[in-house]
Amino acid sequence: MTVTEEAPPVSRPRADPAPRTPKPARRFTIGRTLKYVLLIVFVFVVLIPVYVLIVTSFKPPADVTASTSWGLPVRWPWESVAPGGPTGFDNWTGAWAALAPSIGRTFLLAIPAALISSFVGAMNGFVLSRWRFPHADIVFTFILFGMFIPYQAIMTPLVQMKTSLGLPSDISTLLMVHVIYGLPICTLIFRNYYVSIPMELMEASRMDGAGMLRTFASIVLPLSLPGFVVTIIWQFTNAWNDFLFAMFLSDTSGGPVSLALNNLAQGAQLANYGTAMAGALIASLPTLLVYIILGKYFIGGLMSGSVK
Amino acid sequence: MRKGVRNWGPPLLLVSPTILILGIFVYGLIAANIQVSTTNRHSLAPESEFVGLENYLALLGEDRFLHSLFNLVMFTVVFIAGTMLFGFIWAWMLDKGVSAEGVFRSVFLFPMAISFVASGVVWRWLLNSAEGDRASGLNRIFESLGLGFLQNAWWNEPIWGMAAIAMPAIWQLSGYVMALFLAGFRGVPQELREAARMDGASEWKLYRFVVFPQLSPIALSALIIVSHMSLKVFDLIMSVTGSIYQTEVPATYLWVTLTSNDYAKSATIATILLLLASLFIIPYLIQTWRSEKANR
Repeated sequence: MTVTEEAPPVSRPRADPAPRTPKPARRFTIGRTLKYVLLIVFVFVVLIPVYVLIVTSFKPPADVTASTSWGLPVRWPWESVAPGGPTGFDNWTGAWAALAPSIGRTFLLAIPAALISSFVGAMNGFVLSRWRFPHADIVFTFILFGMFIPYQAIMTPLVQMKTSLGLPSDISTLLMVHVIYGLPICTLIFRNYYVSIPMELMEASRMDGAGMLRTFASIVLPLSLPGFVVTIIWQFTNAWNDFLFAMFLSDTSGGPVSLALNNLAQGAQLANYGTAMAGALIASLPTLLVYIILGKYFIGGLMSGSVK
Repeated sequence: MRKGVRNWGPPLLLVSPTILILGIFVYGLIAANIQVSTTNRHSLAPESEFVGLENYLALLGEDRFLHSLFNLVMFTVVFIAGTMLFGFIWAWMLDKGVSAEGVFRSVFLFPMAISFVASGVVWRWLLNSAEGDRASGLNRIFESLGLGFLQNAWWNEPIWGMAAIAMPAIWQLSGYVMALFLAGFRGVPQELREAARMDGASEWKLYRFVVFPQLSPIALSALIIVSHMSLKVFDLIMSVTGSIYQTEVPATYLWVTLTSNDYAKSATIATILLLLASLFIIPYLIQTWRSEKANR
């Protein structure tokens, strides 16, 4: 994984990475070896579920028995147990067939949800940090509160509202919901981001009498890319992985991939666990790729939701 | 500062759609939820009347709800203990200068990127309750390592079942707590460490008396965040066990009542959840707000 380079916010390089006080050679050996052994054990433990997912997804149903459940596949994924029987690859094609339509819908949900919340969040963050008005702090707290409520607290009236307005049980309703409930965190991230970067140019432009929107569009927006990367990743991941709103507000015929995967998995007996596991891998791929490629920004969003 | 509508009008106007929308969808819906919880709207029929706190009294006296609260407490305690323990240990080990630190960090943190629904698929298999010859999942590992006595029914255990459900949650979120703690470790000024070393403090004493005390605010944040997540646990339980009585928590009980159109009851459960969450949210918001003021 490539989260290593370029120090994510978590690991701002220490003041002096190079010359640490030299330690006695003996302690170096025993203590460090022990630590590495322990770390590697932890790595293996954390990766156990991944191993199981991958291995099982390539086994034809007949090979997923209790006694062989931890072993590697005993045949190539294109071979079947009995001639003409299901192969390991059939798990993947079956899972893909079950999930493909919902994966398309989830992209149509997660991408706009990420873009809209981020853009509105950028505007909010801007006026709450750099173009302030009286009691902006109170407004900020008012907005922030929405980030911390358990969504169950609004679910009953939200479902009632959906029924009485006749909103569809598909991703259009979910899009609205994700945009709305994504606003607090996007506002928070942009506000903190704008506070952290120097903006002499903006001050100068303000002094010159440029309007708010013009200053925002011509000076602030071009500086906002890092903020956008963080909020877009955050919102995309959240919308992609969401299950709560999906369960309450959509159905399998129009809902996102989490719902389709749950449907696929709940039907699974021990016999066709392979299909469910292949489905879990397929459904996780987009967010995993985002994490692997843009890990440091992913962590950035994570942290801003907590220790600001 | 210059004053007047000309100055504060436009920014207020720009943020007003958000204020309006969140006013409706957060504050308005919370109010609506509380309102529904004080009526006898137990079905789709639109007529309902005010019943005061009747629903709350009924719920708090109901065995099923108390059972779900017990489950939630059991889950929360194990979940918090596990994530704090692993998160702290990992961060501590990584703080002391490890080569390939990024690799370890990435591995520990990656489960965060996966949905509970996806990880539920594999955890349902790992926590399979069959034992002996039929054992698969973790029980099979125990069996083959000669640790057969460790085999158990996992979430099917009557009292400790929820502790088993907490395992996937610990797996998924320990990395997050690690990231929080790591940021805390890295926030301890290097000069402080150097000074302690100059004074001849051993590595252990350095941590015990210099570094750890600096971490208590982080530990508190982590505790608040993790408890708050725990209160809402829904996805994980739905994907590992489905909504069954044994592993029921208030959030899944709410699902059962809302899907059977018992609006008054689901709203009552929701209000109780919100009150529980407020125990964590309000101090957190006050603290944030104060530090904001101090920074200005």
